[in-house]
Amino acid sequence: MRLLTHNMLSSNIKGVVNGFPLRIEAEKVVEMNVEKNIEFLKKMFEKIDWKAFVDASQAMGYTELPKEADSSMLNSDEFFNRFHHALLELHLEEGALVCPETGRRFPVNKGIPNMLLHEDEV
Amino acid sequence: MWYLCVFYHRLLDYRKPEVESLAQLFGANEDHQNGRVPSQLQWKFPLRYHPDSPFHFVNLPSEQLARNIATRSILVKGMYELWGEGTSYEELKESVLSYPDERKLPYLDSDSTFKITVDSFGKVISLEEQKELIQGLSYIPFKGRVKLKNPDHNFWLIEVDNYGGNNGLPPIVQKRVFFGREVGGADRKLIPTYQLKSRTYLGPTAMDAEMAFLMANQALATSGKLVFDPFVGTGSILVAAAHFGAMTMGADIDIRVVRDGRGPDCNVWSNFKQYGLPMPVGLLRADNNLPAWRPSLKEVFDAIICDPPYGVRAGGRKSGGRKLLKGAVEPYIVPDDKRTDHIPSTAPYSLVECVHDLLDLAAKMLVMGGRLVFFYPILREDDFAETHFPEHPCFKLISTSEQILSSRYSRVLLTMVKTGPYTEEIAEVARIKHIQFKENHVKWLEDGNLHSAVFSPAAAQLTEAVDPKFIKDPKPKYRGKYV
Ligand SMILES: C[S@@+](CC[C@H](N)C(=O)[O-])C[C@H]1O[C@@H](n2cnc3c(N)ncnc32)[C@H](O)[C@@H]1O
Repeated sequence: MRLLTHNMLSSNIKGVVNGFPLRIEAEKVVEMNVEKNIEFLKKMFEKIDWKAFVDASQAMGYTELPKEADSSMLNSDEFFNRFHHALLELHLEEGALVCPETGRRFPVNKGIPNMLLHEDEV
Repeated sequence: MWYLCVFYHRLLDYRKPEVESLAQLFGANEDHQNGRVPSQLQWKFPLRYHPDSPFHFVNLPSEQLARNIATRSILVKGMYELWGEGTSYEELKESVLSYPDERKLPYLDSDSTFKITVDSFGKVISLEEQKELIQGLSYIPFKGRVKLKNPDHNFWLIEVDNYGGNNGLPPIVQKRVFFGREVGGADRKLIPTYQLKSRTYLGPTAMDAEMAFLMANQALATSGKLVFDPFVGTGSILVAAAHFGAMTMGADIDIRVVRDGRGPDCNVWSNFKQYGLPMPVGLLRADNNLPAWRPSLKEVFDAIICDPPYGVRAGGRKSGGRKLLKGAVEPYIVPDDKRTDHIPSTAPYSLVECVHDLLDLAAKMLVMGGRLVFFYPILREDDFAETHFPEHPCFKLISTSEQILSSRYSRVLLTMVKTGPYTEEIAEVARIKHIQFKENHVKWLEDGNLHSAVFSPAAAQLTEAVDPKFIKDPKPKYRGKYV
């Protein structure tokens, strides 16, 4: 699971009001090279919840992202490289996503987050 | 300018929508003399031709656009600048001679290389005859050098005569010959390259490569876009979208399919690796009935493409089954010691509910102008013209392409464009519907009528029709849409 996916997901357990962001428990993080696509990154920048993104990247062991970001930074190559790296090149192979309200763990196995709810959670 | 557009004689209903979609895709960023590419192109047929014939004319604002469309397409055999046509070779000659020199001469000059191909529809022309026909074109002042491989200019002489009844078309009224300069054509090599037979990880409902490419074209998949498949299975639809450069994301309720596959080198990831395509940016196990997207996230996907789980064999499941199947009123509580490895049970997912969820998801998560492309099953007894396709206030249905699967059962590829924003009112209506579905579901199950609860009577027959046992009638009256 990459941080783009993490930034899109929340805990949707019945009754949970604020299921976002899910806290990352990282057991195994791998890095993979991904070709940079500026147009795509610009679009995703508009959609990303930055604070959740920075916290998540820290949980994955990457601390190079600025605390705050605004669209003026999109002119900087340096910024793009970091944004790209954190968004698409860090993969959570094994670990979990934890619901901030209930503490329920959604396991991440072989890179796939399991967001399916139990019978009593729907 | 009008181009002669010759199609492969297959998937007839898919041909024009593909060209129109690609015109949108390539026209969107191009500045044409005639302004914007219209969302509906102008089409016409050669005189007295049946609409299902492979021969069409299409009006496009530039040759560049015509070329882009043709080379990206799957079903365009060739797009041609027509230099002449007629009901006989004499008429053709007159027609070519009267075509303006300033359109012809630039392609005939001595520095260039060229090739002439003789083609026909539905009949075989011997090599001898082909030679003669080419010699018969000596009235065209070709000055260039003949080159059979990668010439600068490709010319085509196409004869259409009695082609017999094997192709599902009514008999031809009149012979016709065309001569034109090729502007572009489909790269059909894609299909053997990507055919399912060569795919490492396959499932029973993997989407066939040609259809997956057509779906990706309907979705305008291209570099810089994000494409989502909520019923990703083995990923075969996303493979096609990734081939066209899109970023992809997929979800499926079945963890064995989406996570495990058949081992480390035989899974959804390996299906991308195999072709050197970028991996999906995300794959997850999730239930489309209870999506886990954060509520503040909207308009993030450029397209949603899928083959939803219809019918019994690949039927849909959704979360929360066991308590319902048992008919228990009290919710089933998963004991704490069983939680970690617990496999949540699932309940059948009805066609109406599945489509409702899909439209609601798409309305919220697609960008404005984004496309939802999905299959919808129909019974052929229903008059096709009267078939009611799903509707949604945020969407405009722009094309319906039928593929007949058996004498009774068809699937229709629907392409919808998001034209309206996802408002609070729409969200509220969807929320209420979601709850109604859930309540009805419990009620149906309590009535002990699981089967008819899951499929409406029409749908129940439909699942029956999918079963090969039920495919009788090998010779339906009109077989045009079979090809
Ligand atoms: C017709 S198949 C799609 C196959 C896919 N196009 C492929 O290439 O393999 C439908 C898929 O939907 C999944 N599915 C069924 N119910 C679902 C649900 N409620 N949410 C998400 N996926 C579901 C099934 O596990 C199955 O893989």
